[in-house]
Amino acid sequence: MERHVKLSRFTRAGSAVTVGVLALTLAACNPDAAEPGTETSESAAAELTGEFAGAGASSQESAMAAWTATFGAQHPDVTINYAADGSGAGREAITAGTVAWAGSDRALKDEEITETAEYCGPDGAWSLPVYVSPIAVAFNLPGVETLNLTPDTVAKIFAGTIKTWNDPAIAADNPDATLPTTAVVPVHRSDDSGTTENFTDYLAATAPDVWTWEPDGVFPEDIGGESAGQSSGVIGVVESTEGAVTYVDASKVGAGIGTAAIKVGEEFVAYTPEAAAAAVDASPLAEGRHEHDLSYEIDRTTTASGAYPIVLVSYALVCSNYSDEATGTFVKEFVGYIASAEGQEVSASEAGSAPISSDLQGKVAAALEAITVG
Amino acid sequence: MTTTDSPPAPAAVRPRQRRSGDTERGFSRVFRWISTGAGALLLGVLAAVALFLIVRAFPAFTAGAEQLHDAGKVPGSFGSLLGYVGPLVFGTLLASVLALVVATPISVGIALFISHYAPRRLASIIGYVVDLLAAIPSVVFGLWGVYVFSGLVGDLWVWFADVLNLILGANVEASPTGRSLATASLVLAVMILPIITAVSREVFLQTPKLHEEAALALGATRWEMIRTAVLPFGRSGVISAAMLGLGRALGETMAVLMILSPGLSYSFQIFDSGRHTTIAANIASRFPEANGLAIDVLIATGLALFVITLAVNMLARWIVARRKEFSGAN
Repeated sequence: MERHVKLSRFTRAGSAVTVGVLALTLAACNPDAAEPGTETSESAAAELTGEFAGAGASSQESAMAAWTATFGAQHPDVTINYAADGSGAGREAITAGTVAWAGSDRALKDEEITETAEYCGPDGAWSLPVYVSPIAVAFNLPGVETLNLTPDTVAKIFAGTIKTWNDPAIAADNPDATLPTTAVVPVHRSDDSGTTENFTDYLAATAPDVWTWEPDGVFPEDIGGESAGQSSGVIGVVESTEGAVTYVDASKVGAGIGTAAIKVGEEFVAYTPEAAAAAVDASPLAEGRHEHDLSYEIDRTTTASGAYPIVLVSYALVCSNYSDEATGTFVKEFVGYIASAEGQEVSASEAGSAPISSDLQGKVAAALEAITVG
Repeated sequence: MTTTDSPPAPAAVRPRQRRSGDTERGFSRVFRWISTGAGALLLGVLAAVALFLIVRAFPAFTAGAEQLHDAGKVPGSFGSLLGYVGPLVFGTLLASVLALVVATPISVGIALFISHYAPRRLASIIGYVVDLLAAIPSVVFGLWGVYVFSGLVGDLWVWFADVLNLILGANVEASPTGRSLATASLVLAVMILPIITAVSREVFLQTPKLHEEAALALGATRWEMIRTAVLPFGRSGVISAAMLGLGRALGETMAVLMILSPGLSYSFQIFDSGRHTTIAANIASRFPEANGLAIDVLIATGLALFVITLAVNMLARWIVARRKEFSGAN
């Protein structure tokens, strides 16, 4: 809490300076027209100064480090602090107006948008998807590189009802694979994470008969079994244990670890960045929202061809109106950069995320343009 | 101890009267304040920590079951804060006590070897190695536990469980990954080994030579000498050493966090994973994504750990004080 207050003070101090600078230099330039890649962004680059704070999802942390580094190289006078305190903290911070933007592993709910109206203008804050990460079902079975699994089978594996790898349920979908009698050791995340929330959401939506637990960031306590902290922890256990299986950010899967192709509609789809982005595009937007609010309700039961629905979609929460001109300009520039083809490429190579489709990039850019400042 | 201190005291008073130097008296007074301040600071810090814990944990005490579940991230199966803290306290105590049970006899053995058996050269080398062990950071123990030790003992636990089940007809479950409380306790035992060894060694070395020689002169073997002279003399020292080790085991976070697959239950299935966790590891695991009441709940569990540690130390003091009169020192 203390940290946010401090950061916000910096933000204000920084913006006070910037406002003065802007008042002198901005006469000819309209910040609303700021568009990445055009001439205006060059002039905006010269204007952007100050310290800006963001907070929220730790899933975006490594991508954010890469984004702030490359963005900072283009705008040397800008200092960006992103506190990866968790999605909940990010949502609280944007509601309290202590940060310029926030990261969250889920979009804002209707009532949360209403709460943000105090600092974010009458339309409240918008949720813009900027970070899409496929979640792989990864297992350690020497000699088996891929397995076809139905949602029911995945749910049974993680609920602990499938005990061995040569179980008929697995064998039925993998007639060509030689399945060992090794015991199935499901490994889950022991900490509170967006990965778990999205994975359990997928299981609850696609295998409701088997997976009777509510989607949550904490894996159901009553299942028990193996667990470890962070993505590196769970994949570490899988790497060292034959027969172990986990769900993990696809970028963490290394050599020697097999991954499952998941049954979507009538086909089995392996995770790829394109398949993850396709699942987002195949999903509907939340209803009754502002036209620029891009809250996706990920359709886990999608039958769209080539879509991989076990994805984590992480959002940038931005205000629809910034009373402070410098902050508003910064958010437009920075989030615009994040959602651009270049920014998505950076996070794909540095954090292993799946780049959002160019269609979605355009929607995010349009939303950012619609942000009012002042 | 106090009786041996008292004779020099009048001697110290006399020169002060004679000299009546202002500088000497001035600095004495200043130093007195410095040391008093240091003592007071310690109490102040302790009080501040206790106050912080109580104040921040208070919202968790007063929150209803619904609130605890929604905002406090207490798992749905627990209706109250006490229900949540209970298994945590149980796991913490079980892990620490198991570690102590394993480490204490080995430590006493090492300490006796250093003080009474080993040649002087070897003794100093072993003493040095033991001290080195104490300097290894717990995160390194954690890494070692995760990547090396748990894999090794995992197979052992499975075999052990099979044997127990076969012979006793018991229902012992074991995890092949070795990410169980038994593994965590063994690593904790290794971590507290140097503390207990170092203190015990110092105590054993202080055994009065006359007692030892008297025992030997009466025809005692070396083991009998240790049993009749060294161990009774060192008993209270070993107990306080063990309590020091217990204190470290109770609060150990990183190694447990990395090695253990956590769970929340009152289970004695120490070879199975997903059954137990400790308070410190639970806080470290949950804190990064916690906010609002969830932090208060974690601080409330921290308060429980604080109380346990305090209780353990007071118990140790009480045991040592009670045993003092029986030790061979007098």
